[in-house]
Amino acid sequence: MTVSLTDYLIVSALMFGVGIYGLVTKRNAMRLVFSVEILVNAANINFIAFNRFLWPAALGQTAVLFSIALAAAEAAVILAIVVVAYRIHDDVDVGELRNLKG
Amino acid sequence: MVDITDITFAALSVVAVGGAFAALEAREIIYGAVGLAASFFGVASLFFLLESPFFAVFQITVYVGAVAVLILFTVMLVREGKWFGDSMGPGATVAAIITVVALIVSLVSSFEAAKLSTAKQATAPSFVNIGQLLTGQYAPALEFLALVLAASVLGALTLAKVEPPVKAQAEEEKP
Repeated sequence: MTVSLTDYLIVSALMFGVGIYGLVTKRNAMRLVFSVEILVNAANINFIAFNRFLWPAALGQTAVLFSIALAAAEAAVILAIVVVAYRIHDDVDVGELRNLKG
Repeated sequence: MVDITDITFAALSVVAVGGAFAALEAREIIYGAVGLAASFFGVASLFFLLESPFFAVFQITVYVGAVAVLILFTVMLVREGKWFGDSMGPGATVAAIITVVALIVSLVSSFEAAKLSTAKQATAPSFVNIGQLLTGQYAPALEFLALVLAASVLGALTLAKVEPPVKAQAEEEKP
């Protein structure tokens, strides 16, 4: 029995589920950053797996390059925001950060 | 018939998914950051298994090398004693578990129903393919990506220099 495309997709779906679970249940900003990174990684597995099984060119792999670079940029900005929020509020609980609430 | 690839795949899947779960559920958030790095490493190894060595190495350098270290530093900067009560409560946990189970069941059943091809392409895409795409068709996107990266780094630096006005006032009011 060889590893098929469906197996990779199932692993990716499991990781996606873990990420969604974190986004829904956690209120610590750092855990939310973890969840977003997990979601991006789950999507990247899909890109590479579909590329390997269904497409001879490197189109999906190139998409992963853009995805990883954008995720890194996003992580830098989010972490800077978390540090600033911590310096202002002494807390990174997203339930407490209500300055923008009308 | 179980061969070595199946065992490797199963082990790497456990590392990827289990690391992700540990990242969210570890009691100390610093262990969670380490679990996240392990999860990134598992995903990179899955890329190796899919014969995409370039992106496996890219994943390790960017995620395990840069993002995980960045996250570790931020965790150390903002660490507090009260990391235990960071959950939304039991109601949200139950709702999240129901949602996630429904999501995974529907996704997996649709994968099974789709009867996807089980055979890989004859040859894996090589470095040459990636280079041709990046310097040809996707050259403008690559340039734009460089601009986005530069802008995000500048934005992060600018944000890091923001003075906390609320805290400064609170300290002045204290005797």
